[in-house]
Amino acid sequence: MSSLSERPTNPVVGQEIPHESAALHVTGTALYTDDLVGRTAGVLHAYPVTGGHAHALVTRLDPAPALHVDGVVRVLTAEDVPGINDAGVKGDEPLFPSEVMYVGHPVAWVLAETLEAARVGAAAVEVTYEPLPSIVTVTEAIEAESFQGGQPTVRRGDVEAGIARAAHVFTGTFEMAGQEHFYLETHCSIAQVDESGQVFVQCSTQHPTETQEIVAHVLDLPSNAVTVQCLRMGGGFGGKEMQPHGYAAIAALGATLTGRPVRLRLNRTHDITMTGKRHGFHAQWRVGFSSDGRVEALDATLTSDGGWSLDLSEPVLARALCHVENAYWIPDVRVNGRIARTHKTSQTAFRGFGGPQGMLVIEDILGRCAPLLGIDPVELRWRNFYTAGQDTPYGMPVRHPERLATAWNQVLTSGDVLVRRAEIARFNATHEHAKRALAVTPVKFGISFNLTAFNQAGALVLVYKDGSVLVNHGGTEMGQGLHTKMLQVAATALGLPLNRVRLAPTRTDKVPNTSATAASSGADLNGGAVKDACEQIRARLAVVASGELGVPAADVRFEDGVVTGLGGGETTWDELVRLAYVQRVQLSATGFYRTEGLHWDSSTMQGSPFKYFAYGVAASEVEVDGFTGAYRTRRVDIVHDVGDSLSPLVDLGQIEGGFVQGAGWLTLEDLRWDTSDGPTRGRLSTQAASTYKLPSLSEMPEVLNVSLLEHAHEDGAVYGSKAVGEPPLMLAFSVREALREAAAAFGPPGTSVDLASPATPEAVFWAVEQARSEHDERAHVVEGSPGREPEQPSPSAEPMRPSSERVQPHVRSGV
Amino acid sequence: MARSDAVAVTVNGRVRPVGDVPPHTTVLHWLREIGLTGAKEGCAEGECGACSVMVARPDDGDGTRWTAINSCLVPVGSLDGQEVVTAEGLGTVDDLHPVQHEMAVRGGSQCGYCTPGFVCSMAAEYYRPDRSPAPEPDRERGPNGFDLHALSGNLCRCTGYRPIRDAAYALGPADASDPLTRRTTEPAPLAVATWQTYGDRAYVRPTDLQTALGLLADHPDAVPVAGCTDWGVEVSLRGARADLVVALDRLPELRELHVSDDAVDIGAALTLSEVGRGLAGRVPLLDELFPQFASLLIRNGATIGGNLGTGSPIGDLPPALLALDAEVVLISAAGERTVALAHYFTGYRESVRRPDELIRSVRIPLPLSEITAFHKIAKRRFDDISSVAVGLALDVQDGVVRRARIGLGGVAATPIRARATESALEGRPWTAETVRAAAEVMRTEGTPIDDQRASAAYRQAMLRTALLRLYADHAADEGRTA
Repeated sequence: MSSLSERPTNPVVGQEIPHESAALHVTGTALYTDDLVGRTAGVLHAYPVTGGHAHALVTRLDPAPALHVDGVVRVLTAEDVPGINDAGVKGDEPLFPSEVMYVGHPVAWVLAETLEAARVGAAAVEVTYEPLPSIVTVTEAIEAESFQGGQPTVRRGDVEAGIARAAHVFTGTFEMAGQEHFYLETHCSIAQVDESGQVFVQCSTQHPTETQEIVAHVLDLPSNAVTVQCLRMGGGFGGKEMQPHGYAAIAALGATLTGRPVRLRLNRTHDITMTGKRHGFHAQWRVGFSSDGRVEALDATLTSDGGWSLDLSEPVLARALCHVENAYWIPDVRVNGRIARTHKTSQTAFRGFGGPQGMLVIEDILGRCAPLLGIDPVELRWRNFYTAGQDTPYGMPVRHPERLATAWNQVLTSGDVLVRRAEIARFNATHEHAKRALAVTPVKFGISFNLTAFNQAGALVLVYKDGSVLVNHGGTEMGQGLHTKMLQVAATALGLPLNRVRLAPTRTDKVPNTSATAASSGADLNGGAVKDACEQIRARLAVVASGELGVPAADVRFEDGVVTGLGGGETTWDELVRLAYVQRVQLSATGFYRTEGLHWDSSTMQGSPFKYFAYGVAASEVEVDGFTGAYRTRRVDIVHDVGDSLSPLVDLGQIEGGFVQGAGWLTLEDLRWDTSDGPTRGRLSTQAASTYKLPSLSEMPEVLNVSLLEHAHEDGAVYGSKAVGEPPLMLAFSVREALREAAAAFGPPGTSVDLASPATPEAVFWAVEQARSEHDERAHVVEGSPGREPEQPSPSAEPMRPSSERVQPHVRSGV
Repeated sequence: MARSDAVAVTVNGRVRPVGDVPPHTTVLHWLREIGLTGAKEGCAEGECGACSVMVARPDDGDGTRWTAINSCLVPVGSLDGQEVVTAEGLGTVDDLHPVQHEMAVRGGSQCGYCTPGFVCSMAAEYYRPDRSPAPEPDRERGPNGFDLHALSGNLCRCTGYRPIRDAAYALGPADASDPLTRRTTEPAPLAVATWQTYGDRAYVRPTDLQTALGLLADHPDAVPVAGCTDWGVEVSLRGARADLVVALDRLPELRELHVSDDAVDIGAALTLSEVGRGLAGRVPLLDELFPQFASLLIRNGATIGGNLGTGSPIGDLPPALLALDAEVVLISAAGERTVALAHYFTGYRESVRRPDELIRSVRIPLPLSEITAFHKIAKRRFDDISSVAVGLALDVQDGVVRRARIGLGGVAATPIRARATESALEGRPWTAETVRAAAEVMRTEGTPIDDQRASAAYRQAMLRTALLRLYADHAADEGRTA
């Protein structure tokens, strides 16, 4: 057991406690960025000037009419930018564009005394556009060879040899939709300038440091003149990792130009139409199976829909390629990736960060091929699991694959899967118009940022003379319970009861150079840093206690606010702190953590980018109505690996919430862009809560049993825990596969059905219709060796650039 | 009438003057402006419930019913003289309300942004006078009688809902000494005549029908509103502004429910929640419909007259009312007239109603058909807009279909009757063969289109399977009774 993972006796970590802000949440007193508007005097409101073209040049922009609107104070345009006119770090996201790249792309912003005046003012700004041809779908982009960024390949062995070796070769394509984050709190920033010209931006951001950097480069200020604070977010899910920066910069620009606080809050329509989403993916594949159903080779080309700018598309693609095999050993692999450039929002991070899309490719393949192989899908998946000693296609040893087998068997047992599948067979035999199915799917998800540099974190822990403790760390709270866990880590490391420790809002002037709270890594990284800071303080206090209690410092124990010398006396934490102050011992510390043992080469797509894998298994039972395709989820059983849980109630919430969000992505949430040639081409037609439907209470599984995998200590993470934010999302594959099998049950045994993603009731209805008709032209899996080779990357494609993952210093333009 | 300077709302027990705000100002924005930022804007169209608050509404008897509504949809003037409770008013960090306690300790909040809205929706159900332990809990009703539909208009993106459901089902009975429980035993605040002006714009609540009709006659551009569940969306999402908004939802003449031997007459300004309670199971087709109609938050504001008045081609009521052969009673200063609903809609969001006319009531003739069903095709079971809605009412005697009425929504510019299908059924034996043939006719009804909710092909398929499903369900019923 490592010193990082070892727990003291009676630790506060591991205790089942509610979210640290729960009482504030339920009383409506927890503050979010926009709640500060009424608490700030003289706020101006910002509203975007947007147009209806998917792609067009801005040939004229006249703000003058807006200035005649009562209450309008200023119109912000490109000419106002003192620094770099870019909302990102790659120079491809102009903050004030001269070329509109998607419907709703804001070209200017109006500041006014009221939101109403800003809205009316924005409508008054005169803009003339020259429409240009647009590309809206991935398939259009593939045909037009409209790609952006690198085109990497993960490769192992000889895929042709693997295909030649295979007894069965299948070829197919698959297209999966993206997903809107639909955090309940839309993007919001409030910017102010203080008496010394320092800019203070309160922002709903998962990445305050990068928000700070973008604000600084737009304003042409050094980072030390910009402070970003995030109180908390009303949900993030990746949507506030990269996307808040430009809006924060607009607010900050407005504040510097007017000298007044500026609030920029996107309403829901703006948020959905302007901000990036989960990437939809297109996959071409061929796969070879041995006669007993082992995957011999996978040859695939994944094309993600990147939208109009690169954003995080390259690292998202990298993670997709690193997860395409999910939990399965595949000897010969070639998986290419490329990023389509389309005239849509710039797609971005979303819980799972490409991992779900990659994994869905193989799960879809197994689901479609199992009936063609004549092998039960449960058996087919089990047969292909990684076993000890095997490596991923990118060369990383798969540690603890036995945990997957343990979780799988536990779900089969606790979920009574065999008995229930027999019951389902009986139900299906006696019900013409309704069919049930139960599917089991695994999750293996790599934890750490792919890019090694991001795997670092800082903390600042302050102990005051009265013994109370204030913790600052670089992570942000978006509901995932990070702050709860950090309080537990600090209380554990200092040997204090939880109520002696408080947590301050995340600010860039407390902890600098932070990574995004993303990649599920928030607790791993910041927990390591908080623990480090606390241990420094505790070590100093142990010396003080040593003198006081007359025992060696190594024999001083801190537990529940009591400091004990082994074989000696004891004192209280408060008394010890007072004493330390008098003795002029430093009572604060900065902590730092870097994840050890990572390496990754993005040019060859090889290495060990992850500290460990998180595992999980889910079994879902659904019932499908043959008249409509409507369905309900009858029961879900989950066993998930969170290591030794830091906070069981928080982890349970992450598992359940991730599962339901994943089920939303795969079944219900339907992003529809207008792909017609009409005047609204490129418009997102599901741009409101009334048309883009999230799971509601009615989609809840009727029975939901979640267990944490036992004996799951993780040696390489803080207090033996594992990350939990993203992996459970992919447990929802079980729902999708169950829907496929239920639809297939309307046809004869051995029916393979294609299921669109999302599997809306309509999509399930068509799958049912496909199963019912014997000669359906919609069946797309074709058997035959050597199959159809997927399109290969262009030789002229640029390589993957680590710079896409934001470590390159910003290039100043215009000088 | 009370002028602008007198408009005031009691919030969490304290009278708050509304002040000089434009009439389109929503309750949500006003609450946030006075510092009560617990209620949040999540969608600004009554879909997410983050803005939910409780208002004191008349109960069916003499008491008060705490009623959760979407504060993002209703103008603040509509609450003149009314009482509102927000999450801040239910409890404090040191003294949590039982609903807040259960939500907090069970992990019912993660990011917390939707939580104040959930708390208010849950509290309204907590105080529901007729909530009592359910001897047989089911998928949507807890052992404590908690009806999950109370939360059908609240979205949470974090938790996956299980802890929220557990919190709801863990609630005990409301304490009789709780001030909000005591409040339910007193009458609700009366509607207050309101004339709120700001510049050239006004929000007006007349308290009698004649004044309302006079206003509409004098101001043809006036926007008549009831629950504002449609108009509120226009205001917040599409920037609609009206010089004169006339509130009808508390007019006593429009809030009557009569049942006679030959008809049920439903006042246009009754909310769907009130209609459901008032009918008490007398119209099974509507009982089947109401739980599928939007969310409870919406049904607590939306009225039957408003649903017909907006003339949506989808609106779930018209297909059901068409199947029920309903009539619309229109009233103006010039008098009353009655129009069959089948002749009411004239085009996309157009009807025979003149600007000076109001819908007074909807009349459903009795007796009702024996076989009725309402099929809503949508992505989500709670709170979704139909891609296709089908209302079905059949009289079968001696094995023969004597009369068929089928209303369709979502397949044409207006709700329509499936007349060809009705003809294909009437006079024929109620058999699988008849149903199969009629289903093929039904597939061709209307002119369905492709849109973001469904493809035209799916809509046609759903028209076809509706009768098959009805027949299968009916056959199953027969099987059970036999």
